[in-house]
Formats: sequence, C-alpha cells, structure tokens
Amino acid sequence: MSTDNSKIKLTKNSDQAAAPEKKPAEHINIEGSEMTESLIMVRNLEKHYGSLHALDGVSIDIEKGEVAVVIGPSGSGKSTFLRSLNLLEMPTSGEIIFEGVNMLDKGININLHRQKMGMVFQHFNLFPHMTIMKNVTIAPMKLHGKTKEEAEAKAHELLKKVGLDDRANSYPAQLSGGQKQRIAIVRALCMEPDVMLFDEPTSALDPEMVGEVLEVMKALAKDGMTMVVVTHEMGFAREVADRVVFMADGKILETGTPDEIFSSPKTDKAKQFLASVLK
Amino acid sequence: MNLLLDAENAGFFEKLRDRFVNCFIEDDRWKYLANGLAVTMKITLGAVVIGVILGFLVAAIRATHDKTGKLRILNFLANIYLTVIRGTPVVVQLLIVYFVILAPLGVDEILVAILAFGINSGAYVAEIVRAGIMSVDNGQFEAGRSLGFNYVQTMWYVILPQAFKNILPALCNEFIVLLKETSVSGYIALQDLTKGGYIIVGRTFDAFMPLISVAIIYLVIVVILTKLVALLERRLRNSEH
Ligand SMILES: Nc1ncnc2c1ncn2[C@@H]1O[C@H](COP(=O)(O)OP(=O)(O)O)[C@@H](O)[C@H]1O
Ligand SMILES: [Mg+2]
Repeated sequence: MSTDNSKIKLTKNSDQAAAPEKKPAEHINIEGSEMTESLIMVRNLEKHYGSLHALDGVSIDIEKGEVAVVIGPSGSGKSTFLRSLNLLEMPTSGEIIFEGVNMLDKGININLHRQKMGMVFQHFNLFPHMTIMKNVTIAPMKLHGKTKEEAEAKAHELLKKVGLDDRANSYPAQLSGGQKQRIAIVRALCMEPDVMLFDEPTSALDPEMVGEVLEVMKALAKDGMTMVVVTHEMGFAREVADRVVFMADGKILETGTPDEIFSSPKTDKAKQFLASVLK
Repeated sequence: MNLLLDAENAGFFEKLRDRFVNCFIEDDRWKYLANGLAVTMKITLGAVVIGVILGFLVAAIRATHDKTGKLRILNFLANIYLTVIRGTPVVVQLLIVYFVILAPLGVDEILVAILAFGINSGAYVAEIVRAGIMSVDNGQFEAGRSLGFNYVQTMWYVILPQAFKNILPALCNEFIVLLKETSVSGYIALQDLTKGGYIIVGRTFDAFMPLISVAIIYLVIVVILTKLVALLERRLRNSEH
C-alpha cells in the first residue's frame, strides 16, 4: 500500500487550518454572484414530496476547490439537497447553475453534466457483475470514448493511490466495505469530474474501516478537488472542511468555517445538534 | 424362458409385448412419435426465441414507464397485449392466428405455431423480466445515471445483466411450460408428439399404449429439464459475485 508514490498520507500538520486560502462566499448576493461565477450556484431550491417540504428555499454557492461539509439531523434534507445537485432528485423549483449552465433548463443534456459530477453513495453501489477494473473503466470507455488501454492506465494510477491496485480483477463481493467505498471513489474519479458529491460515505462502514475512506477523501481535498460532503464525521468536518453547512427542516440555517460552526453556533437547532453529536 | 413365471403373468407380458409391437413396430409406427417429437421441439425452441425477444421488449417498455413515466402509448399497448394474451386460452389464440390471420396467406403450419406460441409466451416472459428488473436495487440505477449513462445505457450495461441472472431459472421454467402447451398444436393439423400418439390410437384402436408412451416422453424431458434448471440455480447462487 505504501510502495507507490501515493499522495495519500495523513498529514497531521495544520497548514490547511493555518492558511485557509479559499474564503467561502459569505452571503448570497444575487447581483454580485453573477460576476464571481462560482462552480455551483444554487438558488431557492424547493422540493416537495407530496405534502412534505423536503427542501425549503435552499441557496448556496460552491466555489471551485472548496470542501463544503453538510451536517444536520436525520431527515433535514441533506441527501435531498445533494442528490438535487446532479438531478438524481428532481427539484420542484429553483435553479442549479453548474459551470454556467442551469441544469433545470429544458433541453439541456443532463447526462453530459453528470459526467462532470462524481457521486459516492452510502451503500457504494458498485456493479456486482463486473470486476473492479470493469467497474471503474466502463464509464470512461463508453462515455469518453477512451480505449481500454487509456482507461486502464488511468484506473491503475488511481487504484494505486487508494492502495487497491492488486484488487483490479476481484469482484465487489470479495472486498470489505472500506475497500468497496475506496473503489467507488475511484470509479467516480475515473470520469475526471469537476466536483465530487459524497452522501454519508462512511455511514454504512464498520468503525475500523471509516479511517481508510476518510484518508482518501482528505487526500482528494488536498489535491484541490471541489467536494460537497454529507457526513456525521465531525472530526473530518473540523479538519478538512473549508465551510460547514448546517441544515435543519429543509433549510440551510447556518454556514461558516468549522471553527465558527463548532465553537459558536448561532441557532438553537445547531447548538442542540452539535451538543448531541459531540456528546 | 417364461417357464419360471406363472401362466397369468406370462399372458400379461405377452399381451403387453404384442400391443407394443402392434403400436410401434408394425408399419414403423414409432415414427409418428419420433417425427412428432421433432415437431414439438421445433415449435418450442422457435417460440422460446420469439417469446424471449418479445418479452424483453415489452418488459423494457413497462419498466421504463414505471421508472420514468415516459412511453405512455407503448405502455398502454403493452398492457392490452398482456391482458388479452393472459386472459384467453392458448388454443383459441392458436386457432385465431392460424385460421383468421395466416392460413389465408398460406403460411406453413409450423411457422404459425411458432408465432402463436411465441406471442403467447412473450406475455409471460415479459412479467418475469419486469420482476427481474424491479428486483435490481435502485442504487444500481442511480450509480449508472450518476456516472453520466443515459437511461438505455444504464439498463443495458448495469440493470439487465443483473436482472438476467435473477430470472434465468424462471425463464427456463417458462420453456418447460411452453413444451407442454405445444401439445395442442394438433388443432391446426400439425403432427406434433401428442398428435402422433393420437394417430397411432386411430390406427391400432389401442389407446393405452400410445398415450401412456406420449406422457412418458413429455415427463422424461420435463424431469431432465427441471433437474438442469435446479443445477443452473445452484451454479448461479454459488457464483454470486
Ligand atoms: N423519495 C422520497 N419520498 C418521500 N419522502 C422522501 C423521499 N426522500 C426523502 N424523503 C423525505 O424528505 C425528508 C428529507 O430526507 P433526506 O434528504 O433523506 O434527509 P437526510 O439526508 O438529511 O437524512 C425526510 O423527511 C424524508 O423522509
Ligand atoms: Mg441522508
């Protein structure tokens, strides 16, 4: 695992915390935001499931290279928000402007935009009938027209980074949960996305496997990947997030640096939630 | 040779042998069964191919409609097809396809039977396949779409291969059902296995020997196929990746 030139090393130093370069946009300024052109701009997103109001006017800008960690109580709409970003969930109304294109416009080819948004699921969702190599190369080959050699070269490079190059010919069922999730991350990365979406990527894992997945995500953040991460791992949020987003009842109640949110939450809901998760 | 048996038994076996000779050996009557079996197999195999193709198409339409709400008209037609085929006896369907639609065009009877049974089987295969598609976890579908695959690509690369593995045993059972259902082919003047036995009855005025033989032939084939399906099921379960 450590024989390769892997960038995945747990850097315990605090250069990230000491030099937060990417200042998260404080507040949404409709006029100003058109000029600064964030990677993803979400405006007044609404989602109703029948009478249930799952997203209630969610607006946020995700900057290029930013790591945004979304926290909040169960049922607060975190998954619905994340899955709306690549339209796995169809919002009832609002705007999602990704790289300058409103994804909710009629007539856009959503498949092309999804290729640039990698997604990692709680339950991995690897394709059980394909080898690991096939899992991670099928999309670049079929969608980007890469040759088998090109796709596999890229795959080997990424598999080495997550320490699983020797499992290329295994099937998903032969891997542990932590290994599966690292493969799922590689599968998304093989499409060379501009942003990675994570929906509770460690919640289905045995505790001893959480670390290996978080390490891969930290390395990814360090490489400058734009990431939106829904998680209950407060340690990860504190260490890696540029911005923490607190959701409750389908709304974003607070956003701020990890320090702001964890040390001095403003709303009662956030205080309650943090008290319960930080014991 | 029969000295060791008592007279009554000797008489019984002799009679049985005479009837056997009369039914199958004389005038080479066994050929009615052999040729009939060949016709039965031809119809069954042809109908299975049509049934599987048709079934997958209809299932894809229905599953697409269920998942996306698209293809409303095709889904409507598919529903009519399923209702009509499953709501009427296969013999009636066979007779209609033959006498109403194809006999006036002079189409070969075996082809008619293959078409009729294939269309019939497609309705049952469609529901098997649809259940198979629905049995694949929705997370698989979402993973495919999140990578940028469109609906058809996701179906083709991700869902159908997994569905197919789940439904292979059920498809084989459909084949077995079909084999037995083709026994009504005699209605359109086809000499399949059943009709072959029936012809021998007419020639020999012996009903027992030919009909029991026909039954045994079906039974042996079905038992062998059932064993093979069980074997296949076990193989699939063991290779659970
Ligand atoms: N497909 C769905 N149909 C109906 N209600 C849903 C569906 N998905 C989510 N919900 C509801 O929407 C709310 C937000 O869910 P979710 O986004 O999954 O919350 P979280 O990820 O924060 O736990 C919950 O009340 C949930 O029950
Ligand atoms: Mg969730």
